[in-house]
Amino acid sequence: MKHRIGAIARKEFRHILRDPGSLGALLGLPLFLLVMFGYAASLDVKNVPLAIRDLDRSPESRSLASAFFAAGDFVTAGSPETPGEEASALDEGRAAAVIEIPRGFARDLAGRSPAPLQILVDGSDGTRAQTVIGYIEGLCQRYEQDLLVADAARLPAMASAESAVDVRARVLYNQDLKSVVFLVPGLVALILIITAVVSASLSVVREKETGSMEQILVSPVGSMEFIVGKTLPYAGVGALSATTVLLTATLLFGVAVKGSLVALVATTALFIVACLGIGILISTIADTQQVAFLVGTLATLVPTFTLSGFIFPLRNMPILIRLLAHLFPSTYYIQILESILVKGTGFATYWQPCLSLIIYALAALLASAARFARSRG
Amino acid sequence: MSRIGSVIKKELIQLRRDKKMRAMLFIAPVMQVLVLGYAANMDVSDVPLAVFDQDMSPQSRGLTAAFQNSAAFRLVAAPVSQRQLSSELDAGSAEVGVVIPPSFGRDLDAGKTPKIQVLVDGARSNTAAVSLSYAVSIATDYGRKASASPLPAGMETGIAVPSLDARTRVWYNPELKSRLFMVPGIFALLAMVFTIILTSLAIVKEKEIGTLEQLMVSPLRRGELIVGKLVPFLLVSTIILVLAIVAVWFFFGILPRGSLLLLAALSLAFVVSTLGIGLFVSTIARTQQQAMMFSIFFFMFPMMVLSGFVFPIANMPVVIQAVTYLMPLRYYLVIVRDLFLKGSGMEVLWLQLLPLLAIGAGVLGISVLRFHKQLD
Repeated sequence: MKHRIGAIARKEFRHILRDPGSLGALLGLPLFLLVMFGYAASLDVKNVPLAIRDLDRSPESRSLASAFFAAGDFVTAGSPETPGEEASALDEGRAAAVIEIPRGFARDLAGRSPAPLQILVDGSDGTRAQTVIGYIEGLCQRYEQDLLVADAARLPAMASAESAVDVRARVLYNQDLKSVVFLVPGLVALILIITAVVSASLSVVREKETGSMEQILVSPVGSMEFIVGKTLPYAGVGALSATTVLLTATLLFGVAVKGSLVALVATTALFIVACLGIGILISTIADTQQVAFLVGTLATLVPTFTLSGFIFPLRNMPILIRLLAHLFPSTYYIQILESILVKGTGFATYWQPCLSLIIYALAALLASAARFARSRG
Repeated sequence: MSRIGSVIKKELIQLRRDKKMRAMLFIAPVMQVLVLGYAANMDVSDVPLAVFDQDMSPQSRGLTAAFQNSAAFRLVAAPVSQRQLSSELDAGSAEVGVVIPPSFGRDLDAGKTPKIQVLVDGARSNTAAVSLSYAVSIATDYGRKASASPLPAGMETGIAVPSLDARTRVWYNPELKSRLFMVPGIFALLAMVFTIILTSLAIVKEKEIGTLEQLMVSPLRRGELIVGKLVPFLLVSTIILVLAIVAVWFFFGILPRGSLLLLAALSLAFVVSTLGIGLFVSTIARTQQQAMMFSIFFFMFPMMVLSGFVFPIANMPVVIQAVTYLMPLRYYLVIVRDLFLKGSGMEVLWLQLLPLLAIGAGVLGISVLRFHKQLD
């Protein structure tokens, strides 16, 4: 048995080696993608284009305007002259927010009546808009406080007038809230699942298409032997590309392996096995590489990008979609990677996704062997 | 002309014969819209919260209730020690932790500024910043109200302080729902994926089985072959996009605010460029496997990440920003989102259309030339 698995694996390995272009693609591209996306993919809200229409043109209104740009979150997007220009700045996307300081702003401030500010926000991207509104409110509060302090200097009695709550906020695990830290687990999963599923499924379907499958079917090779032999070389390629991707993430993006290295290696191996199982399963369903590829993309690239919690939080999904998300191994793998790479918490916090991944890998391999045996029968 | 017709007919018959392919073509777009539309939601709501209340006074319970009553948070645990709180955060069962110190109620009554601690799980940095600012504003609001109600006797209340009255109005998407932003993006993504994959594979397949040579020795002219190959996929992608629009409307009640006709016309401009990419891939790849790898890694994946579908282009390093100008999806995303959310017209969208047309013409031209050369 070992001998036959070895023979299949050797043959497949030769296939890989004979096509250095594909091998290079399998190893080099993930790296290239990680580097590019590591630098490019950021959800931070910064450099928000802000237009200010100052109708008051007083020292106070100008100091408010400069307070907005001094914080560094906003960049200026011009100063519209008319309401029409305000609207077109938003319509054309030149500004993400417009602030209108009405006439009499300085007078109201001095007269201690609330000085009105008109703020228009482009809400198209709701998440971004929430953060922009938060920035604006924060800056308004800070401006008020600065005025208060200036007042208190003149009227010492007022210093203790305001008593709110002193909130000490602390961010855990990713202190600087850097997106790249939170994106790396998802990127690793994405790159691994695409290479593993697509290469495994195509390698089998190609034999179907070229007709060499029938030759294998009449040979004494068993179903399980065939599948193990087929997946082994790709498991090796997957392991190699996982190592390079994780190493690059550590070296370039300061993503440290905070948790156990052994657990990282073990769970990554599990994930690759599960992916290869899916790939083989797809290959038993598809007859042409075209279909295999479409199914493979829809089963890996798309759900890993959207369903796995990589970008969109799982808790926001309706229960049915959340169940669906748990049909894909990347959901578990990303949870595990988050614990090991970002949080550095112990095994106790991620044994559940580990267990799911083990069950998943076994089920995928058995199911693909069973289906393969049937198609043979 | 009749020769083009027969290539188109042949291509359509081939599509019809492949049952699994047919099912993929028509079920997949609807499924994608459905699943992605529900999943692509970055709203910060129901964030799991753990409150470690060391005070257990009416005031501290009031603060907990204030958190609970906000739509942003959902109380999932009331740990009784710092360790328990950290293990909730470690395990990810809570994403925000609040520590209320024993003196909270006393300080509030005494008019002193009480301290509380907010711990946020920064691992998911996209939502962490928003939940943090929600938590801070809920706590400050509560503090203001609680300290304002029992006014200490003898305190001067008549002093007015300088204050701003910021009136914020949100345009286009007043409820700030991320779904309204993501769903049109999914629509654009579908248009790209299907056209690139279908075109590239259809041509490479004929190369692989050798039927392309048969076509070449037929009286068919090169141009006729290309047109005949591309038109069926134009038809199929039109059907897919119509299906996707109907699905978006049916499941999410979202319809473009702008003109449907304009959407159709601009989509055509986009599809020309993606068909061009598909043709281009087919001239580089020798096997279908290569074609798939090329289209995923060199075109679809980079465009998904770099053209502003999820990650804002403004955040990218300048070099990468420059690259995004070459991506047709970048312009089409703006077009689709503007049409869906803002209801913009040509007076705004021509800015996107011009580069889109230029890229489309360029890509299609290069691929046609390359294709020609290969056939010779």
